[in-house]
Amino acid sequence: MITVSVCIGSACHKRGSYAILNRFKQLVQQHGAEDKVNVAPVFCLGECANGVSVRIDDQLVLGMCEDNVDATWEQLVLPRIG
Amino acid sequence: MALLFDTHVQKMKYNVLREVAKLAYRDELTPQRIMEIAPRIIPEGKPMFRCCIYKERAIINERVSMALGGEEDGTVVGVLPIACDECPVDGIQVSNACRGCLAHRCKDNCPKDAISIIDHKAVIDKEKCIECGKCLSVCPYSAIVKHTRPCVNACKPQAIHIDQNTEKAVIDKEKCISCGACVYQCPFGAITDKSDITKVISLIRDSNLNRDYHVYAVVAPSMASQYPNAVPEQVVAGIKALGFHAVVEAAWGADMVAWLEAQELVEKGFLTSSCCPAFVNYINRHFPSLKEHVSHNLSPMAQMAKWLHETDENCHVVFIGPCIAKKAETKYTDAGRYVDYTITFEEMQAMFSARGIDVTTMHKAELDNASFYGRIFARCGGLAEAVTEALKEQGVSDEQFKLNAVSCNGIAECKTALFKKQKGILKENFIEGMACVNGCIGGPACLSHSSKNFAQVDAYGKSSMENTIADAIRVMQILNPALDVKGDGEVEKEIEEIEHTK
Repeated sequence: MITVSVCIGSACHKRGSYAILNRFKQLVQQHGAEDKVNVAPVFCLGECANGVSVRIDDQLVLGMCEDNVDATWEQLVLPRIG
Repeated sequence: MALLFDTHVQKMKYNVLREVAKLAYRDELTPQRIMEIAPRIIPEGKPMFRCCIYKERAIINERVSMALGGEEDGTVVGVLPIACDECPVDGIQVSNACRGCLAHRCKDNCPKDAISIIDHKAVIDKEKCIECGKCLSVCPYSAIVKHTRPCVNACKPQAIHIDQNTEKAVIDKEKCISCGACVYQCPFGAITDKSDITKVISLIRDSNLNRDYHVYAVVAPSMASQYPNAVPEQVVAGIKALGFHAVVEAAWGADMVAWLEAQELVEKGFLTSSCCPAFVNYINRHFPSLKEHVSHNLSPMAQMAKWLHETDENCHVVFIGPCIAKKAETKYTDAGRYVDYTITFEEMQAMFSARGIDVTTMHKAELDNASFYGRIFARCGGLAEAVTEALKEQGVSDEQFKLNAVSCNGIAECKTALFKKQKGILKENFIEGMACVNGCIGGPACLSHSSKNFAQVDAYGKSSMENTIADAIRVMQILNPALDVKGDGEVEKEIEEIEHTK
């Protein structure tokens, strides 16, 4: 099981973390990966000035926006779930 | 820095809290260092407000002990015995203005025949007098006065009496609702709230810069009106600079509460609010027959903290607000499962000062999760407005349930509404109870009690990015399906739509 944590602290919230969270959830559904990937909100990853922050297991991904969720999924999530 | 406090009593309390916080930060809370606080605050010289500096210092020592947590006796408010002593307790008195007039309405109106005219002056027989105040209201010279201690006057639940032997105020634990009105109203600051400031400082320090666990600050929306010379975003930056992992709005919890309260109202048809812990205490202690009508929702503070625990298993929560009753809620109710400590704005300012933080010069940090409706919980009437909005957003029709709320501004109005409910003559179906006049912005530990605060809270509400309660809480629904913001299946439909447009 891998965890995708999307920061919903104030700064990320303002930059659209809800849409990113939702997109990740959609991707999980599309790939039928509900038992492999857990998408969850998290508070403050400490990178408030760098766009929306996401943590995939222990890897921090900064500068997330709605447009790069799919690419991130392909590069960083898919390889881990095989 | 401009004058921070409304009263000199608050300033004195703050001076003590700041010194205690400084020692706590340096980890020097030794008996020796603690003893040095009083002479630092009351230096050699003429006394400022008591007979001598030694008495003033003795009172400071009492304040220090409250700042260190006071006695663990099930209460959060206590009387400082040395500080409480000299207020008159003689009740109704005839002053020099009495002319012993021919009309002597005082004598004629006294139901107990306690007044006689002796040597051209009214004299009250204290054995007979029942302090009803009739004489006082009919005297054309206003020559009869009633001395009531300010604490007794402030305590609407009538939990304070004066011990006849010691002449000191005594708080009845069974009647006290921890609202803190006496704390704010005592002109000598002889009643004060117990502080967890040193515990909060330790909690933050022991987190090893939030590496071992995360310490969250949940801050009340009344924060918006505390500093006339700083914007809320600067206060948030200040709180973060104290070492908190993240600052979260209690108003966001209020959004959740409004949402759930609307659902509960539709189901039950009548409720009283449960946001204000002093109001809940008031019902429990003074109107126990109405207990069943209290909303089962957690308070916004506890709701928010509970949600933080759901998102972060390594989490500790400190609530920061204007409220003394929240300390009791945190210590002695279920809310304590989610909130470690409550501190007040006074205590927050003491921590700022001990750390050399001046919020007026801070940068602006962001704080934005809650909606307008969650934020206006801070002022009286806000809760009812938010519930109205939540009903609308949930598509509840007037036929299903039409809200008819009574917003009680202060405990006296709460008493009237609860009394009517008990008698079965209340026409409204929702009681919004606020123990403090004006709501939380009138809280006893607010730094500012200005008349502008209402508008300031509304302005803070309007600055929110989220337009509706549903928008604000949609992210919470991911963990808590009870907060389903769109009804069954609607969220999935929305996802499909987004997908389609892509």
